[in-house]
Amino acid sequence: MSTTLQQVFDKAKSENRAALIAYIPAGFPTQEGCKKVIKAFVDGGVDAIEIGFPYSDPVMDGPTIQAAAVTALANGTGAADVFEALKCATDLGVAGVVMTYWNPIERYGVDEFAAAIAANGGSGVITPDLTIEESQGWVSATDQAGVNRIYVVAPSTTDARLPLVTKMCGGFVYAASLMGVTGTRSSVSSGAPDLVARVRRSSDLPGAVGLGVSTREQAKGVAGYADGVIVGSAFINKVLESKSEGDALLAIEELARELSLGVREGR
Amino acid sequence: MSVEQSEVLGHFGPYGGRFVPEALIGALDELAAAHQSSQSDPAFMAQLNHLHATYTGRPSIITEANRFAEHAGGARILLKREDLNHTGSHKINNVLGQALLTKRMGKKRIIAETGAGQHGVASATAAALMGLECVVYMGEEDTKRQALNVARMKLLGADVVPVTSGSRTLKDAINEAMRDWVTNVETTHYLLGTVAGPHPFPSMVRDFHKIIGEEAREQVLALTGKLPDAVLACVGGGSNAIGIFHRFISDPSVRLIGLEAGGDGVETGRHAATITGGTMGVLHGTRSYVLQDENGQTIESHSISAGLDYPGVGPEHAYLHDIGRAEYRAITDKEAMEAFALLSKTEGIIPAIETAHALAGAMKVGRELGPEATLLINLSGRGDKDVQTAAQYFGIPL
Repeated sequence: MSTTLQQVFDKAKSENRAALIAYIPAGFPTQEGCKKVIKAFVDGGVDAIEIGFPYSDPVMDGPTIQAAAVTALANGTGAADVFEALKCATDLGVAGVVMTYWNPIERYGVDEFAAAIAANGGSGVITPDLTIEESQGWVSATDQAGVNRIYVVAPSTTDARLPLVTKMCGGFVYAASLMGVTGTRSSVSSGAPDLVARVRRSSDLPGAVGLGVSTREQAKGVAGYADGVIVGSAFINKVLESKSEGDALLAIEELARELSLGVREGR
Repeated sequence: MSVEQSEVLGHFGPYGGRFVPEALIGALDELAAAHQSSQSDPAFMAQLNHLHATYTGRPSIITEANRFAEHAGGARILLKREDLNHTGSHKINNVLGQALLTKRMGKKRIIAETGAGQHGVASATAAALMGLECVVYMGEEDTKRQALNVARMKLLGADVVPVTSGSRTLKDAINEAMRDWVTNVETTHYLLGTVAGPHPFPSMVRDFHKIIGEEAREQVLALTGKLPDAVLACVGGGSNAIGIFHRFISDPSVRLIGLEAGGDGVETGRHAATITGGTMGVLHGTRSYVLQDENGQTIESHSISAGLDYPGVGPEHAYLHDIGRAEYRAITDKEAMEAFALLSKTEGIIPAIETAHALAGAMKVGRELGPEATLLINLSGRGDKDVQTAAQYFGIPL
């Protein structure tokens, strides 16, 4: 049985466009505010939502997502809030996945975590610091729960290793566009098209590009060669820059709408 | 999993391994291969041994602490004087080894994290010696606690970056160094300073420090004609402890005792005693014991000693604890500072506050075992850097 996430990519493919995936950490700017952001994402036309599990030591994240995690943790955000936000997204009809560093999964219980993803309508989990070598328990847990495992591959991932990673993936393969941490950048790395092409050669799964995408033009450019466009820090910046929650939600919906146009213009 | 497979992935029982972004796998594989080939390369080992003989000041001596021993149940107290190494601590052993590996891999830039500043100073020293660019990440809180070492690093030509994220201490300095490494991995080697982090760091850093125990075992045998009854060392990440323990692991009669930073007391929750008070988890790329809450969030550690103020611990220590080969106890700030003052006044040796935890442990274990016992203690660092902290603690006006 395919997950909602897989259906989202199938649909985007049939429409000859890329899928748009938006990221927000649970509990940011508040637990209730997060739900409003999710609604704004959906109203703006995103195809899938990534709920971040805020973590104390996010080594793959730049200053923007670090700042959001600090706020979310100060709000007391925990696993229950992550699942509640996930359910909020999936109840609105979009595909929902959770992005989390590994330790919170291990602490919650590997089998229990995968089961809770499924129970809240979630399609998969993105695990940026879980290597395939350490994945034995996770593979059986996610298979049991019917949840997609989404690993992040990088430009430095060798041709020899890439198929070993992509064969463990489901839903899509997360291609980190550059060697670096999350955050908006003035241009998307020139290494991204090459990495996506290499993902395609090693796997039949869709390849989605994250790290550095923040504008409609960038989304359009990435959609020209990738199956999905992932945007995180740009949305968080809207919250950090806005004077009020209302302003932030309007700006987020507007950006989502712009980006959703971008992913339809690439081809 | 077979034993061979386990070794390739750097596991110690259920601990160790690699929990890192895929972007770092290539660099870790390259490092593991460079380390492995260098260990069996006579030219590399000769180069490292030459540096230790002519630069570090190895072998470090053993000092018998007779007057201090009176406060340790009369047990025979032998101090392995890593404090006399160039740069003032054991850290130089690992740093010279990794700096040579950096050159072997053709990289020109090293980054390092530091808590107390000892590893940062050692890294800056090795970089200066070998003509490498050096950036040291240091929690802003620690740059204040250890201002003297910040100045030393700058004098040695390193850039010191104060880290303002999170708790602004060692754990956040490691986060920031890992972010730098992910970004600059092609040109940069991350010169990790302890036996934690992803494979191959725990075994590689141990291999560079195991010379401490190899020398000490021979020195103790030559002096006393027998093995010590116990070997003691302080444990933050655990590099000096694993360095002195390793040669003794196969000597079942020798007790191995690690002293963790108990801060205000483990029962208060304000401590850095990760094995004593933590639970199994993943932090900074490795599975080990971690101070964490019910959601897997790292809990901030507390210790008067910046070098032990870390909420994780090396995976080999976690394993040695679980199989019962080594024991770990917590020493409070107060107990450590009493030992700090005592060694200064009885032996004329001012130890690092980190090291003072091992000395406080020796006072307890000596009283337990009595005058027949011989204790070997790793005097891992000298206390020059701690004079300001100690002066404040004891109310000495500056």
